Amino acid sequence: MNKIFESILVFSLLGLFLTDYNCASITVGKNRAVTKIKDAVSSALPGDTIFVESGLYAEGNIIIRKPIYLIGLNFPEVSGEGNNEIFTIKGKNITITGFKLSNAGISFIDDNAAIKLDSSNHCSVYGNVLTNNFFGIYLARSTDCVIKNNTIEAFHSKESFSGNGIHVWYSKNILIESNTISGHRDGIYFEFVESSNIKRNVSFNNLRYGLHFMFSDSCSYSGNAFYNNNAGVAVMYTKNVDMHNNTFEKNYGGAAYGILLKEISDSKIHKNTFANNSSALYLEGCNRLEIKNNNFTGNGRAIRLMANSMDNKIIGNNFIGNTFDVTTNSLQNFNLFESNYWSDYSGYDLNKDNYGDIPHRPVKLFSTVIEKNKPALILMRSFFVEILELAEKIFPSITPEFLADSKPSMRKISN
Amino acid sequence: MKVLSKIVKYQLQDAFRSRWLAAYTLFLIVFSYGLISLTGDSSKVVLSLMNLVITIVPLISIVFGTVYIYNSRDYIVFMLSQPIDRKILFLGVYLGMCISLAAAFITGIILPILFYANYFVNNLADIFIVLISGIFETIIFIGLSFYIAIKNDNKLKGFGISIFCWLFFTVIFDGILLMILQQFQDYPLEKVSLLIISINPIDLARIWITLSYDISSLMGYTSAVIKDIYGTGWGSFITILLLTVWALWPLLLGLRNFNRKDM
Amino acid sequence: MTAITAENLIKDFGDFRAIDKISLSIAGGEITAIVGPNGSGKTTFIKSILGLVKPTSGNIIVNGVKLNGTFKYREQIGYMPQQASFPENITVKETIDLLCDIRNKTGDLSEELINKFNLQKEYNKKIKTLSGGTKQKLNAVIAFIFDPEILILDEPTAGLDPYASGILKDKILSVRKGGKTILLTSHILSELEDMAENVIFLLEGSIRYNGKVNDLIERTSSSNLERAIASLISGVAV
Repeated sequence: MNKIFESILVFSLLGLFLTDYNCASITVGKNRAVTKIKDAVSSALPGDTIFVESGLYAEGNIIIRKPIYLIGLNFPEVSGEGNNEIFTIKGKNITITGFKLSNAGISFIDDNAAIKLDSSNHCSVYGNVLTNNFFGIYLARSTDCVIKNNTIEAFHSKESFSGNGIHVWYSKNILIESNTISGHRDGIYFEFVESSNIKRNVSFNNLRYGLHFMFSDSCSYSGNAFYNNNAGVAVMYTKNVDMHNNTFEKNYGGAAYGILLKEISDSKIHKNTFANNSSALYLEGCNRLEIKNNNFTGNGRAIRLMANSMDNKIIGNNFIGNTFDVTTNSLQNFNLFESNYWSDYSGYDLNKDNYGDIPHRPVKLFSTVIEKNKPALILMRSFFVEILELAEKIFPSITPEFLADSKPSMRKISN
Repeated sequence: MKVLSKIVKYQLQDAFRSRWLAAYTLFLIVFSYGLISLTGDSSKVVLSLMNLVITIVPLISIVFGTVYIYNSRDYIVFMLSQPIDRKILFLGVYLGMCISLAAAFITGIILPILFYANYFVNNLADIFIVLISGIFETIIFIGLSFYIAIKNDNKLKGFGISIFCWLFFTVIFDGILLMILQQFQDYPLEKVSLLIISINPIDLARIWITLSYDISSLMGYTSAVIKDIYGTGWGSFITILLLTVWALWPLLLGLRNFNRKDM
Repeated sequence: MTAITAENLIKDFGDFRAIDKISLSIAGGEITAIVGPNGSGKTTFIKSILGLVKPTSGNIIVNGVKLNGTFKYREQIGYMPQQASFPENITVKETIDLLCDIRNKTGDLSEELINKFNLQKEYNKKIKTLSGGTKQKLNAVIAFIFDPEILILDEPTAGLDPYASGILKDKILSVRKGGKTILLTSHILSELEDMAENVIFLLEGSIRYNGKVNDLIERTSSSNLERAIASLISGVAV
């Protein structure tokens, strides 16, 4: 008896050992012994893999605390039936992949998400399709997680009935890569996040911002595309942001910006493309930014520079076919413009050094006029206005005389 | 109708062999070709072509029209001694002038664009609007010039009125409007200014082209009023309608005056 | 038979009365000269007949048609203006073709005037390359080419060399023999005297004399038409 007990003990220890390293698995399905994900989760041992066969599962809120792999086969659909959260993860080393998650419930009290990671670490969520949820993927107080290759879409029409696609709060070392997000309130939302990476995501048709982050230091954003979002991208109250190779496109509207930067400092904005936005880049209270080698094409206003921004360097950018290249509300200038290419530049290069011999002053008189007098917009590009512009160019009076590119490039810069 | 087409054909035979029309066409070709090859940027080219449409095209049309009527006085008198209806003769001369100048305009713009066709695939709609409005400006300002030249027997006076007319619509009108808008900044003048702008054929063309081109900026700035009225298919429809009215009324007035005139 | 009738014709240009209540008849099949100093209303009267000038009041009847903005009646009229101009870049032939088209007639291109003026060789030349005299010849040809019932010739020989003007005068006389009505003005009164049977003398918009040339010379006891007119101007009542 004692021996038997001993051998059981040994076997179960061995079993533990094996599940950890040899992937014991449970399969959930309509015709299987286990038909509910919840049951599989509660019976699984740490390190187990749970396979879920295709079908519709509606089991209320599924909470996962142990390190398991949850793998959907042929995208089984898990529904929140419009009233609850679907997966809640509170642990470490948890993976969710291959699911179709729908209808996490809209609530004015709880931030119901399709997948919520709360106080978790080393988790990954990849290759899922999230449809019509309140929040998509929600991270709170989590670290070292990866959110990758998910498709997150919703069809909300009102901001108040809509959560964010990927919502990250109080987290650190998060990688968000190659997700596609549309139709949410904010596509990607960051608040109090540190040292995180947002790469190659596509965020479009969201009700508010394609990307919205605040108080999030030392994060990097690269290769993302943000287009047709109602208010573009907003970045506020943050230091050490690195934004490069992103595309900001077709963000139309009076309050829509390619990027709105508010109280940002010591950051880099390199090699991004801003095309056909009402306002491409808006700077308010921004200091020591390096805005370099970006392409601004066909925007209403390429750079809107507010008076309280200082010591920013705007270097080596292309300004092509924008209605207004730079607008400002100040007669002063404490920022550096240099070596940019301006398609509006009409100077010459006699010494053949590829830089124009006379400085280019990109602020137009008419942009200043319509700033205060919107109906005057109907006179845009009128011959009369062109004559005024010419006079203003020669004798600056209402545009900032010292806001000038002293070394305008004669040629388009290949960024 | 048969007589009319005969006269138009005859007018065109004359115009297409004339030096002034060749010079105008050549100028347009050189201008647009130069624009495209120098800037190499299709969107900027559209804007420069727009400036052509709202300045040079009306100027040339009104000057050529005025000069033509004054120089053809003897010819017109002779033709009226023939069994021709006055209206038919007037229409024939008018259509001949419109067709030849419009043809010069289209050729002068299209040829260089075809030469650089691959540049413009994304701007076809803009180019089309530029062409249509250029044709309208040609017709409108020829109509005005005929009316002015027929109404005034004094060449110098007629010529002066023509030039002033051009200056008024291209520059003075907008200057006055800007003054009004600045003066009454505190009032909601959006609708009023739209109404005012609609009575200037040059502003109509400018807004039409600008709206198709600067859509991103205008979406940001404009109130719903401009967007709703001009930023849609309706806008194009209304613009074409107003431009048509503008093409017709100087023609009809000119026709009426010509019909009564002692030659 | 009367070809042209004017009834109480008045034409004002602003305050200036160019024609002051003219009533007259011009006999068909005869040559009538209209004479008078500059500003006497000659040209205005001719233009009224052609419909180029709209009378202030009164009527004009041409071949039984009362003028009122109509234009068909001008098919009966050949008009040779003092100076006509055509679009510069058109050839002589194209111009003649156009006029044929307008009248829906094929003009008689074997017309003797064309041969006598030797115009065939100018057919394919552009109007702007023609000399003043050649243009005037073209005008004459155009007036006669459709064989109209009424010919109105305004200073027909001005600008023609003596040889050409001789040809034209012969043509006028031969057309007269064919029974056409001819109305002409000229500064050269001796020339008129040679051709015209009737003379209408206008002064300050009114008719001072309307009758046979011979009667006028007789009544003023002058030696020729020039003298007769001179005595009319100096106030001799007729």
